[in-house]
Amino acid sequence: MKAFTNVNPRTLEDAVSALTRSRASGARAVVSGGGSDLLGLIKERLVQPDIVVNLKTVAGLSNVRADARATTIGGLITLDALSREAHIRRDYQGLAEAAASVGTPQIRNVGTLAGNVCQRPWCWYLRNGYACYKNGGDRCFASSGENQYHAIFSQGPSYIVHPSDTAPALVALDARFRVVGPRGERLVNASEFFVLPRVDPARENVLQDDEILAEIVLPPAVSSRRSTYAKILDREAWTHALVSAAVVLDMDGDVCRRARIVLGGVAPVPWDRPRAAGLLEGQRVTPELAAAVAEAAVSDARPLAKNGYKVPLTRGLVGRTVLALARQ
Amino acid sequence: MKKLSRRNFLETTAAGIAAAAVPVETGAQPTPTNQGTGPTGPRTTLELVVNSRRHRLDVEDRCTLAELLRDHLHLTGTKIGCDRGECGACTVLLDGLPIYACSYLGVWADGRSVETVEGLASPRGLHPLQESFIEHDAPQCGFCTSGQLMSAKALLTVNPQPSAQQVREALTGNLCRCSNYNQYVAAVVATGRSARLGPGEDIA
Repeated sequence: MKAFTNVNPRTLEDAVSALTRSRASGARAVVSGGGSDLLGLIKERLVQPDIVVNLKTVAGLSNVRADARATTIGGLITLDALSREAHIRRDYQGLAEAAASVGTPQIRNVGTLAGNVCQRPWCWYLRNGYACYKNGGDRCFASSGENQYHAIFSQGPSYIVHPSDTAPALVALDARFRVVGPRGERLVNASEFFVLPRVDPARENVLQDDEILAEIVLPPAVSSRRSTYAKILDREAWTHALVSAAVVLDMDGDVCRRARIVLGGVAPVPWDRPRAAGLLEGQRVTPELAAAVAEAAVSDARPLAKNGYKVPLTRGLVGRTVLALARQ
Repeated sequence: MKKLSRRNFLETTAAGIAAAAVPVETGAQPTPTNQGTGPTGPRTTLELVVNSRRHRLDVEDRCTLAELLRDHLHLTGTKIGCDRGECGACTVLLDGLPIYACSYLGVWADGRSVETVEGLASPRGLHPLQESFIEHDAPQCGFCTSGQLMSAKALLTVNPQPSAQQVREALTGNLCRCSNYNQYVAAVVATGRSARLGPGEDIA
């Protein structure tokens, strides 16, 4: 691995100023949460930092606190800890399920919520150092190459899929992200945090190089709300989702009052399906309606040469997940 | 006399070949193997507890926990397989939880407690998991075994009598290219049920 200096800030302000100071001196500085993804990227020479700012030493970023206005989750909470939080399991079940479904126990014991949301895509062209948009190049090798794991929803120019399990759940649960940087902090809606390749093909989100995703803020719990996260893998475990679905339903008896369906593994960002979800509102959720919702969720899919299988896979997953959650 | 082992043999033979080929500066420090060939990078002095023993070490910041254990403490039971956090051969327990030591910096373990496969056996004998692994012919080539043991130990600490499905889930992150998964699962399930643990005796 390339040599670098590890910096251990005690506060977010220290972390931001370490980033700013490094940049001012011409050094390349990166932020590390759990570090699993970052160390892999450094070993592959896709990232070559002079300074690694280790957020694990920042106090107070690993817990969950709830009051009447919001539930706030520290970005440094590990996925394992998040999946075991009683409050999250009860009121934001879809997020707990998403966190529990990530990778392996070893990954979940180190990987953080913010890191899971901000991990780089796992496209094999990107990870193998091809000069694609994500690596600073000017083309997407997957668009006409080996694209069996790539996007069925993308207007290009890059066809990566967003790899995070927790991101679709956070978008579906109307989370907001507290982003801290040298110009202060801002609260960004989860649905506006992720960036399409046609806006910026090199990035997956709005974070600037000197900004840190510090906390995730969820709206207060609602007793009529239920949520779930389901994913399909090409083996039983330890791989990324071919397709995943985060579904949130506000139920009044057996009538759905409000619905949110956000897909993972099929687009460069968590893929919100408001039109499909809208079909559920004010309706009893029958198998026929769930099938219509599932069809609406994929009606505008544009698969590539080798990933057409993801369309029926997505249709099936959406239909059965919506129906199971409504009947829960 | 130093006991002859494959590692000693390879190391001394390699040193002999190197000495024959290039003049070696006397007093040179042994070079850690997995840190690339570039000049020495920034270093940090850190303290950590490994298998109940406290160590104070000076390592490069880029040194992974797996490299720290192997190259600085000579605890070579922790294996480096993929070096990308995918195969699980490097699994160790950090404050009791299994992690990939290849994907965690040594400096991040400053002040923390690490347990490796070398910490399993005691002067009284092998750990019950190790006994059970032998009985069930769980290891074939053996390269993934120390990682499997550490994941299994973490499971038994929180769930002393796991079902086969729970064992499979706990060992998800430990790949076995010999594909001896069924024997590993059977060995861990059997350890949970084993009468070898006396009353009040803890698997940990």
